[in-house]
Amino acid sequence: MSSNAKARMLKRAAADILSGMTVNLGIGLPTEVLQYVSPSTAVCLHSENGIAGVGQVSAPEKADRNLIDAGGAYVSIIPGTAFFDSAVSFAIVRSGRLDLSLLGAFQVASNGDLANWKIPGKFSPGMGGAIELAQKARRVGVIMMHTDSKGNPKILSQCSLPLTAKGHVNRIYTDMAVFDITAEGLCLREIADGTSLAELEALTSATFRVPNQDLPRF
Amino acid sequence: MPLPDKRSSIGEAISAIGDGASVMLGGFGVPGTPFCLIRELVRQGPRNLTVIKNDANEARMGVDWLLENGQVAKLVTSHIGLNPTAMRLMNEAAIEVEFVPQGILAERIRVAGAGMMGFVSDIGLGTAVEEGKQRVSVDGKPGLLETALRADFALVHANKADAFGNLYFSAAARNFNPLMAMAASRTIVEAEAIVPFGTLAPENVHLSGAFVDAVVELNELPEVYGVVQR
Repeated sequence: MSSNAKARMLKRAAADILSGMTVNLGIGLPTEVLQYVSPSTAVCLHSENGIAGVGQVSAPEKADRNLIDAGGAYVSIIPGTAFFDSAVSFAIVRSGRLDLSLLGAFQVASNGDLANWKIPGKFSPGMGGAIELAQKARRVGVIMMHTDSKGNPKILSQCSLPLTAKGHVNRIYTDMAVFDITAEGLCLREIADGTSLAELEALTSATFRVPNQDLPRF
Repeated sequence: MPLPDKRSSIGEAISAIGDGASVMLGGFGVPGTPFCLIRELVRQGPRNLTVIKNDANEARMGVDWLLENGQVAKLVTSHIGLNPTAMRLMNEAAIEVEFVPQGILAERIRVAGAGMMGFVSDIGLGTAVEEGKQRVSVDGKPGLLETALRADFALVHANKADAFGNLYFSAAARNFNPLMAMAASRTIVEAEAIVPFGTLAPENVHLSGAFVDAVVELNELPEVYGVVQR
């Protein structure tokens, strides 16, 4: 995968972060989306460790030892930042105040099931806040490479790994396509420049609907 | 009528913690972790502890000292991915690890501190989180009974305290600290400064000293409290 395709995926996900939203971005690709959100977009970034209104990552010499985000990056405040305890932080999540949660994934199923916290026997660091973020944000987006490091599909008809949340993913962004999970199942919305429908079908282990009109490219 | 003075030496405060105790540790990563109290807990050496903390810190920091010293029997936590010792001990079954979704961990502690027995939530329905929990129905909707999580001791880090234990936390160092301070039979605070009564404006007291049993002043902050160089 070219870095170009990754950048286009990040940019495409960033386009769904709109002024007025309260948003939580997971560690890794979701956080990288931020660099493509226009500085003029009025967004309240939430961090699980008790911040609403997270500012930019700090230069090392300006880092505040008491101010990290949930991923451990030293961040800054902006005019209007608020701090609170972890119970309040997750009250924001569970009560539906997050307009969007963007998460990474090992697997996503066409019914909206998400697996992103455990690979039995290999990787079991704990779920952190992922279950609540995936279950309770008003919209849940997954951003991930379309296939794993061995080229295996990550969009499946059914997840084989332990679930983070059942049936809550609304949209999937990959380096190849954008899908929505709807009442009718997985629907292709957009396709990356340079990707053919045949390639996409070969690397997606779930059936998906293709709209009749021309597919937007990104 | 002045407020009671709860200032204590660190050795005396920690000496109450014996073998088999359950101990809550504040902090999310470095901010808010009571490293000096933990270091004293290592020095005094009670064993077979149940440690309740959001995360297991990193190698050579905080919880890692207790793990390396063989003092931990069980860890109740949401994430230990940054601590290779914790991952290894869990995989060798040398310690028991109970993973709790982060906000459910916070709420179980909060509810204990509020004098309640538990709460009902739909978090984790249909996932492994449901295992071992009682399903209950509220207004016809399914939920899981989450029990309150108390501990014998809470070790808490505050930026400022007065001698009564009124606390002020810095930035993202608040996290689990005020919740745990409310949920233990005995709450021990380390403060970067103990300020005279009246210095903390009443509006800026994040946690009332009513929940605090002992306040230890830190004369200097060891390097472990600083910015982590990665």
